[in-house]
Amino acid sequence: MKTSRLIALAGALTILASWEMACRVLAIPDFILPMPTQIVSVAVSQAGLLLPHAGITALEVLIGILISLAIAVPLSVIMFAHPSVENTIAPFLVASQAVPVFAIAPLLVVWLGYGIASKVLMAAIIIFFPITVSLLEGFKSCDQEYRILFHLMGAGFWKAMRLLYWKWALPHFFAGLKVGVSVATIGAVIGEWVGAQQGLGYLMIQANARLRVDLVFAAIMWLSLMGVSMWLFVGFLERRVITWKQL
Amino acid sequence: MLKVSGLCKHFGDLAVLENFNLTVPRRGFTILIGPSGCGKSTLFNVLAGVLPPENGEIFWLEKSLPHLGKKAAYMQQKDLLLPWFTLLDNALLPATITGSDMTISNTKARRLFKRLGLEGFENYLPAETSGGMRQRCALVRTLMFEHELVLLDEPLSALDAITRTSLQSLLLLLQSEFNKSILMITHNIDEALILADDVLVMSKLPMRILEHLHLSGPKPRRLKDPELIEIKEHVLSRLQDELENENL
Repeated sequence: MKTSRLIALAGALTILASWEMACRVLAIPDFILPMPTQIVSVAVSQAGLLLPHAGITALEVLIGILISLAIAVPLSVIMFAHPSVENTIAPFLVASQAVPVFAIAPLLVVWLGYGIASKVLMAAIIIFFPITVSLLEGFKSCDQEYRILFHLMGAGFWKAMRLLYWKWALPHFFAGLKVGVSVATIGAVIGEWVGAQQGLGYLMIQANARLRVDLVFAAIMWLSLMGVSMWLFVGFLERRVITWKQL
Repeated sequence: MLKVSGLCKHFGDLAVLENFNLTVPRRGFTILIGPSGCGKSTLFNVLAGVLPPENGEIFWLEKSLPHLGKKAAYMQQKDLLLPWFTLLDNALLPATITGSDMTISNTKARRLFKRLGLEGFENYLPAETSGGMRQRCALVRTLMFEHELVLLDEPLSALDAITRTSLQSLLLLLQSEFNKSILMITHNIDEALILADDVLVMSKLPMRILEHLHLSGPKPRRLKDPELIEIKEHVLSRLQDELENENL
């Protein structure tokens, strides 16, 4: 293992150990702040309860990511091709982001019901913006000299898009996607808080009401694991796709 | 041949090109040399169709054209290779874009790789090769354009002196072996005297041709030639006069 990874691991263990020590020394009750060892033991012993809910939340997040990709990619290409479209849409995009997702979550549940559709949409709304913006900025960051070169080679917009702009924007795209997948769970969980019959968010609300703080933390742990694994997976994809950057 | 007449381009109140005229003989090697910021790059951008001129006409082979986009190949200081393509794929880019027959283009590109000393590096990524090799690859790509007219914007100024000398002789191949008509910008007087048939000494803004020198004799020329030394002194003093005027 590399030294940098060892240091990171040691850092994480130190934080967890201090938490554990603080709980024991200050005798903090379980229903206020459980110890990390307790959380892990609940997360494992209650896996039969937690995992099906985690699976639902993961499904909502994944479909949300796919939907926002399906909209963000064509939209950013269109906005790049036609700045007038960008100027028209951009204010609405920004305005939509200025509205807290908490505010629209109840509406979505009213419109789309207690099933996963409203949560999928919440996740999609949250991820959509960073992906669109990063991709658009990626296209725009292409050097003028390369554009001139393609112009002289007689390349039309779509050929330049395929051979030049798309590849140029990929690092930006992955940066946006990393931000997206790490916050996507927020959308799904808020949707589940507002009204759901399953999912980690639903479980957390239920557990909290019964002062099962250890279960809340166990749910948070699974949620974090989900976010970290998606983040790692995007990083893995990035390294597979952008092979020319690692030289 | 390329003929430019009455070209005008302003940036706000700043006149960069004011009634600018230029002739580049067919199959000739014409080099523009001038103080930095004299408008040479603006001229290239207007010729390439990146900037619209306010006035003036561009003729290529007696035909009036709005600009030389799709008529001219272009090479500049940066190699502008795409980092995600191998050297060969980069060289094949003009063929990929125009949709030429890839088998024929492939054979042609491989032959050029051999001719320009890049054989064996076809499948390397640009980042895996040296600056000189990348610029050779850019040269192959320039040749793959299939355009007779070649615009060179300080193509060698990012290279070290040794690499530069070897690439200068490759630039001469453009003319002697591939029958291109070349218009090149450089800051390097020596380079101009080694390579050019016609050296055009440019003024400061608005850009004019101060002096047109026609050079003869076999190329690459030897700088130690007393005649060449005299010409170099002359060009330097013209450029210095031009810059001193500015300071008054």
